[in-house]
Amino acid sequence: MKCILILKECSHTNLNKIMKKINNAKLRCKIHRKEILNLSQKVQALHIGGSFSSVEIVDCIYNICMKKKDKFILSKGHAGIIQYVLLYYLKIINRKELDSYCQKGGYLGVHPDVGKKGINASTGSLGHGLGMVSGMALAKKDSTYYVLLSDGELHEGSVWESALIIGALNLTNIVLIVDNNDLQSSTRASDTHPNLYPISKKFKEFGWESSDCNGHSSEEIFKKIKSRKGKKPFALIAKTIKGYPVSFMKNVALWHYRSPNENEYKQAIKEINNL
Amino acid sequence: MRNIFAETLYQNAIKNKNIYVVVADISIAGNMLNFQKKYPRRFINVGVSEMTMIGMCAGLALEGKRSFAYTIANFTLYRPFEMVRNDLCYQNLPVTIVGMGSGTTYATLGGTHITMEDISVARSIPNMTIIAPSDPLELKQAVDYCCNKSNSPTYLRIGKSGEKNYTQVSKEKWQFGKIRRIIEGKDICFLTYGNIIRKSFTAAESLMKVGIKSSIYSCSTLKPFDNERLKKIFKKYKYIVIIEDHSIIGGLTEIVKVSAFENKYSGNIQSFSLQDKFINNYGSQDDLLDSHGLGDKKIIKSTVKFLKKYE
Repeated sequence: MKCILILKECSHTNLNKIMKKINNAKLRCKIHRKEILNLSQKVQALHIGGSFSSVEIVDCIYNICMKKKDKFILSKGHAGIIQYVLLYYLKIINRKELDSYCQKGGYLGVHPDVGKKGINASTGSLGHGLGMVSGMALAKKDSTYYVLLSDGELHEGSVWESALIIGALNLTNIVLIVDNNDLQSSTRASDTHPNLYPISKKFKEFGWESSDCNGHSSEEIFKKIKSRKGKKPFALIAKTIKGYPVSFMKNVALWHYRSPNENEYKQAIKEINNL
Repeated sequence: MRNIFAETLYQNAIKNKNIYVVVADISIAGNMLNFQKKYPRRFINVGVSEMTMIGMCAGLALEGKRSFAYTIANFTLYRPFEMVRNDLCYQNLPVTIVGMGSGTTYATLGGTHITMEDISVARSIPNMTIIAPSDPLELKQAVDYCCNKSNSPTYLRIGKSGEKNYTQVSKEKWQFGKIRRIIEGKDICFLTYGNIIRKSFTAAESLMKVGIKSSIYSCSTLKPFDNERLKKIFKKYKYIVIIEDHSIIGGLTEIVKVSAFENKYSGNIQSFSLQDKFINNYGSQDDLLDSHGLGDKKIIKSTVKFLKKYE
């Protein structure tokens, strides 16, 4: 019902389409996670934890939020696999290209590379995406640029340089989402950087509109983005769980980088099927 | 040089609406001020935020714009190095980063503001192009090139103000990627770039008085380097003298000596480069150059000795 209120500006046909996409998000996200797990059996390193925490966010951006001329930049490039899975789902890359992930002579590596189909910027080293998005948003004011950062990435000074000038230039065509899973490769941001919180307050003080949401609720992510006032750049702090929803991966730093073995793979698939 | 840069950029920006300039809190005067006033949407001052300056330029280029990052040399290249490497060079974007007041130009500011290893650093990055014009006339040509033809990241290494023109006497036009002969003499060849070209002219005049005729070549494109012309220079001259306002590591001296070895050059090379030692003394630019062995008298005396040694 709440969502319908948010969508009051949409035409009836569009509203039905969007509602359908939101209702199907849970199923889509199951498919995406299983796709990632299948790929995991061929590679040593996968960054599965941080990819699983971003599934609903990336799915929502690609399948519900983005219009034709809009672009998505994955600043937390280590989660490239979730972007590739979405690009495959949307038929932008093919099965052969997806399956070549991290293989010898393959089309895709861990981090997104510009020039590959559907990839708008090369990322991987944290703290680069927002600066590049600032230039893109200046160049094309009628496009919306969605950029996904990790909360660990917020330790990078370059993020705050960019946030400050984006606020000053009031680039309202930027939608930044923070995957707030509170777990880097080894430590919790809330332990090492307790003063980072509350994150949304920081962005507000840098001249942004900002809001918080449950990062595993597609409806809530969409609702917050759609209902932004749009008079300032927008930062959505999406609270997530690293490794979600697999019981033995959730909030365990080991899964930042590790690929599951056969037994773990089977267990993870089972848990996702039972959701 | 900064005025010529601003003037040339502004003239190009009038014709080409895709030209953007992103500055990091650099003082704006002359035509840069005109650029800001006339095209405020294409002139962005990000403040003291060099990483964002480079990232923003990359983003503009990713969307088809031609962007210039402009501030003092150490802040365009050193501070945001990873952005230069990843955002510009790895993505191979046509962004020009302008290093103003390069080398020993900021002679009173201390070692933090001296860029004695910038070419070495920039040269080592794949896709990077480096242009260091020898005078304001060459700079104008280089800026026109960067505004219209360049298709890769470029480090444009320039001076600050008050530089004289030397290259107007050349019979050869400035061309990107080409070594250019400025004056011709049969006895000895000076290879140089940047505003330190003045020291080659000073030396050439003194040598002329003792009957030694000098050629001076401007090697303003440091990368890609014009190795074909260099091979011809090896064939033509028995004595080569290199003068550069840059460290002995990774600059023109290294380029020429590596090529001389590869081409089995049988002549003799003498180089005047900054030593591999931080500069932390003050004074005029010439004072700093003197302290690293690049004083006019030293260059002339050493060159005469060099010629006699191999006679």
